Amino acid sequence: MQDLTELTIKQAHEGLKNKDFTSVDLTKAYLEKIKKSDLNAYLSITEDLALEEARKADEKIKTGEFSILCGIPCAIKDAIMVEGQKCTAASKILENYVAPYDATVVKKLKEAGAVILGKGNTDEFTMGGSGENSAFGATKNPHDKTRVAGGSSSGPGAAVAANEACYALGSDTGGSIRMPSSNCGIVGLKPTYGAVSRYGLIAHASSLDQIGPMAKNVEDCKIIFEAICGKDSKDATSVDYKFEESDINLKGLKIGVPKEYFALRHGSGQVKGLDPEVEKIVKDAIKKAKEAGAEIKEISLPNAEFALACYYIIVPCEASANLARFDGIRYGLSEQDGNLLDVYLKSRGKGLGPEVKRRILIGTYALSSGYYDAYYKKAQEVRQLIKQDFAKAFEKVDLIFCPVSPVPAIKIGEKTDDPLANYLMDIYTISVNLAGLPALSLPAGKVGGLPVGLQIIGNHFQENKILSIASQMES
Amino acid sequence: MISKQEVEHIAKLARLELTENEIEKMQKDLSAILDYFDLLKKAPKPETAQILLEQKTCSGGLRKDEVERSDIASGIIEASPDKKDGYIKVKTIL
Repeated sequence: MQDLTELTIKQAHEGLKNKDFTSVDLTKAYLEKIKKSDLNAYLSITEDLALEEARKADEKIKTGEFSILCGIPCAIKDAIMVEGQKCTAASKILENYVAPYDATVVKKLKEAGAVILGKGNTDEFTMGGSGENSAFGATKNPHDKTRVAGGSSSGPGAAVAANEACYALGSDTGGSIRMPSSNCGIVGLKPTYGAVSRYGLIAHASSLDQIGPMAKNVEDCKIIFEAICGKDSKDATSVDYKFEESDINLKGLKIGVPKEYFALRHGSGQVKGLDPEVEKIVKDAIKKAKEAGAEIKEISLPNAEFALACYYIIVPCEASANLARFDGIRYGLSEQDGNLLDVYLKSRGKGLGPEVKRRILIGTYALSSGYYDAYYKKAQEVRQLIKQDFAKAFEKVDLIFCPVSPVPAIKIGEKTDDPLANYLMDIYTISVNLAGLPALSLPAGKVGGLPVGLQIIGNHFQENKILSIASQMES
Repeated sequence: MISKQEVEHIAKLARLELTENEIEKMQKDLSAILDYFDLLKKAPKPETAQILLEQKTCSGGLRKDEVERSDIASGIIEASPDKKDGYIKVKTIL
């Protein structure tokens, strides 16, 4: 018999339509697989909810009128709230926190009839690029269990790659959708800032956070994006945006290749550099686009070298403010000994993990009196330069092609002692968030059995262009 | 290298209790990270003086100042560790 968990959204939808199987069959197939798995992709399995939704979906399917996501099982990153279910953000401080309401994206998926299998593992409070900062253990890469799945949406990435979910929702502050998608060999889209509501997403850095789809192929990614995008009165940064599919051909398309992104080989400063085999895969993908008629242009992003420092100032600053709410009073873990100040100090001291503490301290330092101008203000100026670099580039090209990560999935434990070395892995993904742009990771090849993603960056709200071209590159 | 006292001071501002081991590790990590930030000294000044603090793509539109009933209040209070009669309990401040 056919393995139901291998199906894409489109294929599963066809199967449901043709009555080859029911949503309950499909859901049970996934649940069985998840329970047998040792990948640690899920922090919790929402079995009762999933089966209840599957039964409801089957009722709807019987009527013949049902949307494409109806009855299809998915995973939700554990930083996104599902009403009545635990939402831990992979932190001890929220270990027993139960979400009081649905995130807008979850509400939209539920309305479309989606089945939620469980909550996907992540770096604690989505802070990390490898998944190893989860307080509940790293997610293993399905392609090599001694390696990371990439982060921070490590669980969603591994779950989709290992057929433990048909698709997933992740969130991306500096690469957290694209990195695990690249490491696990799936398609992940970080939408334009404002394209998708973040209501119900546990905030990390609010001027950069964005929720997006992670799926087995480009078409599925498009289906999910279409279902979750648009204005939400509960997120003031969301914009009135409707996805419109367009048929844009590679022929005649202008693709920009940033020269700075390929000059890292010999190491600029502490950047270890681009792995030659990853470089070859990305260059081969660019060549393929050229052969299909695209015009390849070398472009310059002159301030690229400053992006990482800029990002790692702005993000901790915003995070230190956002995480002030985890005080032992309003949520989760509460250490009640002593006076009010003791409750703050001890609850946070005990409940938060090392990377989260590190970022809170950096942010607090950079925002403190006497340092604000040198760090935060300077970083905001540089952010503006980075945005201008992209704006100028998009005057000349339609899309930008580059790597997602300088190396394939690293070994679990390889870089855990060196936070800066970990940060440097984000070199290709962070600029996109600083500029608020949409970008997609597309599987482009493998190095020794480990997947490598091609990053396709578009101008604001040009997800249609990215998805259309990604779909032509996919075959 | 950032001093032990500095780490302790920032930790207090951030309301974080750190163990001796954590303080030592943070001294090392923060110093390396702050040194890396020095790279920004090389960055040019932007042409326009205005600093963009928000994403350009923000809609920026304010909602109407209308009261809407929310049905999540009790759920939010329920999620807090210590509560009584629909209120979140806090230790005495004075």
